[in-house]
Amino acid sequence: MSLSSLFNIAGSGMSAQNVRLNTVASNMANADSVSSSVDQTYKARHPVFAAQLNDAQGGASLFDDQGQAGVGVEVKGIVEDQSEVQKRYEPNHPMADKDGYVYYPNVNVVEEMADMISASRAFQTNAEMMNTAKQMMQKVLTLGQ
Amino acid sequence: MSISFDKALGLHEQALNFRSQRAEVLGNNIANADTPGYKARDLDFSAVMAEQAAKSAPGAASHYQLETTNSRHIAAEGFDMGMGDAALKYRIPTQPSVDQNTVDAQVEQANYAENAMNFQASFTLLNSKFKGLMSALRGE
Repeated sequence: MSLSSLFNIAGSGMSAQNVRLNTVASNMANADSVSSSVDQTYKARHPVFAAQLNDAQGGASLFDDQGQAGVGVEVKGIVEDQSEVQKRYEPNHPMADKDGYVYYPNVNVVEEMADMISASRAFQTNAEMMNTAKQMMQKVLTLGQ
Repeated sequence: MSISFDKALGLHEQALNFRSQRAEVLGNNIANADTPGYKARDLDFSAVMAEQAAKSAPGAASHYQLETTNSRHIAAEGFDMGMGDAALKYRIPTQPSVDQNTVDAQVEQANYAENAMNFQASFTLLNSKFKGLMSALRGE
């Protein structure tokens, strides 16, 4: 029944937003982690979302793919931000390289904050959606009473 | 005289089924609100209604009905492929987005809430049908 698959859909959404919140937390926590070379510097991490399709369940489906409504969202993976890390001249810093530079991560704190709010709101929406589905199912159980 | 469930319940059963399927489609939109390239979808109520009406019309061959060319073939009645695959359409976006995602979270939320209310309404109507049948059986 489709109402029960709604739980899976909302659950996948909550789980995906949870991964997003985790990456935001990791980025924010490491926003000031300095290092003495570009390679060792922390890079901002971002999750990549993709729509889950029905045929992932295996077996030939009676529906052709254009008729499929999809069964939620999945996290394809987590990619590192390829933008340049910040190079600052701080010769007195204990981590400074021989030229006096230290390297700060390419974390944009403002962007991360906006991402956090967006993820949190999306999580709430998914949780509320699950709640509504629960109410609908409970109502159906009282049919004929 | 016999009591036929199909006649007694009318379209409410299918309506309830439609509402639960639409909840799934809308829920999927909301879950994919941040997925790049995802296209929002919705079920067209009037298309589904037309399909159901054509199916339930007397003598009308169902769209999905199997053809029986031999008397020993079993008619696949009630072979319902789910509510209108044809009715599952893509939403027209109100404004373009950089990541090609056409989900407008507020619109989807509003539709989801409306759908849940309509589900309750369909349920109430179906429930009253059952109550009517019960009181007819009791004869009180």
